[in-house]
Amino acid sequence: MSDADEPTRYRRMQDLPSTHLLGSGTSLCAGCGGLGAFRELYEVLGERTVVVNAAGCMSLLATHPFTPFRGSWLYSAMASAPAGAQGVRDALDILIAKRRIPADEDLDVVVLTGDGAASGMGLSATSAAIDRGLDFIYLCYDNEGYGNTGQQSSASTPHGARTATDRGPRGYPGVKKDLFALWVANRPAYAATIIAAEPVDLARKVEKAKRMKGPRLLLALAPCPPGWGFDPKDSIEIGRLAVRTGVWPLLEYADGRVVRTKHYEPRLPVERYLERQRRFAHLFEPRRDEQTLAAIQTAVDEACARVT
Amino acid sequence: MSRVLLSGNAAIAWGARLAGVDYVPAFPITPQTEIIETLAGWIGSNELDARTVMFESEHSMLTAAGAAASTGVRVFTATSSQGLLYAMEMLYSVAGWRAPFVLVNVSRAVAAPVTLHSDHGDVLAARDSGFLQLHAATCQEALDLVLLGYRTAEHPDVRLPALVNLDGFLLSFTREPVELPDPELARRFVGAFEPGASAFRASRPVSQAVAVLGGGPYSYFRYEMHRASEHAGTVFADAAIELEAATGRANDAVECYRSDDAEVVFFLIGSLSTTAKDAVDRLRESGTRAGLVRPRLLRPFPTAALRSALHGRRAVAVVDQDLSIGSGGVLHAELAGALHGQAGAPLLASFIGGLGGRRVGVDELCSISGEALEAASAGRPPAPRLLYTEAELREVRKLQAIAHEERHR
Ligand SMILES: Cc1ncc(C[n+]2csc(CCOP(=O)(O)OP(=O)(O)O)c2C)c(N)n1
Ligand code: SF4
Repeated sequence: MSDADEPTRYRRMQDLPSTHLLGSGTSLCAGCGGLGAFRELYEVLGERTVVVNAAGCMSLLATHPFTPFRGSWLYSAMASAPAGAQGVRDALDILIAKRRIPADEDLDVVVLTGDGAASGMGLSATSAAIDRGLDFIYLCYDNEGYGNTGQQSSASTPHGARTATDRGPRGYPGVKKDLFALWVANRPAYAATIIAAEPVDLARKVEKAKRMKGPRLLLALAPCPPGWGFDPKDSIEIGRLAVRTGVWPLLEYADGRVVRTKHYEPRLPVERYLERQRRFAHLFEPRRDEQTLAAIQTAVDEACARVT
Repeated sequence: MSRVLLSGNAAIAWGARLAGVDYVPAFPITPQTEIIETLAGWIGSNELDARTVMFESEHSMLTAAGAAASTGVRVFTATSSQGLLYAMEMLYSVAGWRAPFVLVNVSRAVAAPVTLHSDHGDVLAARDSGFLQLHAATCQEALDLVLLGYRTAEHPDVRLPALVNLDGFLLSFTREPVELPDPELARRFVGAFEPGASAFRASRPVSQAVAVLGGGPYSYFRYEMHRASEHAGTVFADAAIELEAATGRANDAVECYRSDDAEVVFFLIGSLSTTAKDAVDRLRESGTRAGLVRPRLLRPFPTAALRSALHGRRAVAVVDQDLSIGSGGVLHAELAGALHGQAGAPLLASFIGGLGGRRVGVDELCSISGEALEAASAGRPPAPRLLYTEAELREVRKLQAIAHEERHR
């Protein structure tokens, strides 16, 4: 049986690795949903990795002279982490082809980026890396804003959310950019949405992505206590609500099809998710903004109807 | 060693080929394109065992160049003008990564207004980035400086990227006789690239370009870069001596032409030095003791060599092919800084010439040398002056008037 046909190792919580590959004590916020997703991913991916990072919250994971990584790390810049990944990938391929290093010195190349860089400044570098068929895993932790600089709105901010730059009564006027659809439209090798609150689903997707070659997206919704306005202890709960209300459907794209990997029926009303976060408080107080709440629910219903 | 007729761009490509580069990330811009196309041709015909990858921007191209060099392959890339500026963020980054590779800039004035022709506004904007900076005056030198660039950049005590500059159009597309070093000799001279312990390997995890907290560690790393750059001056000098022994061609950090007994000296960089040498010869024929002092190496700035080369001269006509808007000529300021407080330092006169490909001729150089000498006699440096004639101004005004009339007819 080839590696790619191997059945999943991860069926239940008990199957998940707990090697604590990523060290603790980093300077990220308590309850960071992005760090949670990355920690779970790193366990499955392992230490034979080089993480190429774009400017964002995660850039503070390694601060001289400390690192929480068992594997390698390269901080690049906000706009061009995929190009950095290309340089490392190409160089390793060349070194192996020219027999200057043995093949077992090879590494998996992983981009680690926030949604702001992924859907804005870094989008052309990302798109070009997909065009070139770069063999890499792209982890975007989506905290729905420019987190590191204080949660200004990004192209990934959801409609109606208050951010540091959208303080008016209606919040962010735009619509959340669909990064998953953008990737899928470019036919990558693999794309999936994940979340720390669903660790088995996450581990299976990372496992699958790890066995493939080519451009692979792992897009994690990243509940962000200071940016979204909730208690750090509720981070997993907020993540679960995002899935159970359909705000964050767990999807997978492979072989030309998008499928849902996990269903919760019936879906909970979106309000259950929104009411737990300060960034949506203006939708409920001083009076309910029925119009916006209905628009958000409709958008979620429609998005869920599009995938089976 | 064989002698062939090559454009500056082709000479650069030969430099990269002879250095045995492994990886060529690329993005097109005139007048640099021919370099990459030449290399791509050789890669396609298996004359060069390397890989070229097209990027979507110079910003990405430089990121990949730095990342690949950090992983341990020999990298070459090239750009011009807006491309260099677009990549500027990454110039600073990859220099901070201490990624050694060669970036060629085929200099071209920057927008706006947009033009294809050459000046040094682009390359001088990169002078504080941490890249070593070398300036070629001929096609031959363009080739030699690529080889010297790798030797210096990759030295374990340096490990900084090198930028080799040649003037767009004036060198990029001008064909001159170039001696191609024997490939074996070139290989031996450049040596194998030893990436050191910081390269990414499965058996040896490393963290590169990590964040620092506070000014203490930041200053530490920046100062380490500064010292490495200064050290590059010595490494370059040694390598130049070795190359001269092998090929007979001198490539000192500072070229001095008939300047030993000169009373007036031209100070400038790049291909204009060929014209300046003609002017020196002409002035000497008419009895003026003129000379030329021309840095090949601009980073690290060869302060000591310049002080000694200019010691005892009466006047220096600094010709900047750049304009720091609101200040003046960049080279003038650099030289003034280097000579400040030196006993016996000459008077400096600043001239801005050659912007956007505007030609500076022998006559003009001869006349500014006179101005510099007069100022020295008067003991007062003249105000910086743009080399520009009444006729040129009238020509621009005339075209503007014609366009105005056309529009309002
Ligand atoms: C060229 C550039 N502009 C601005 C910044 C400042 N900056 C650092 S992190 C950041 C926010 C990035 O947002 P995102 O990609 O969503 O990641 P997050 O901060 O949310 O982790 C910004 C704007 C930068 N590092 N580089
Ligand atoms: S701001 Fe949000 S995304 Fe950034 S570290 Fe804190 S919790 Fe994580």
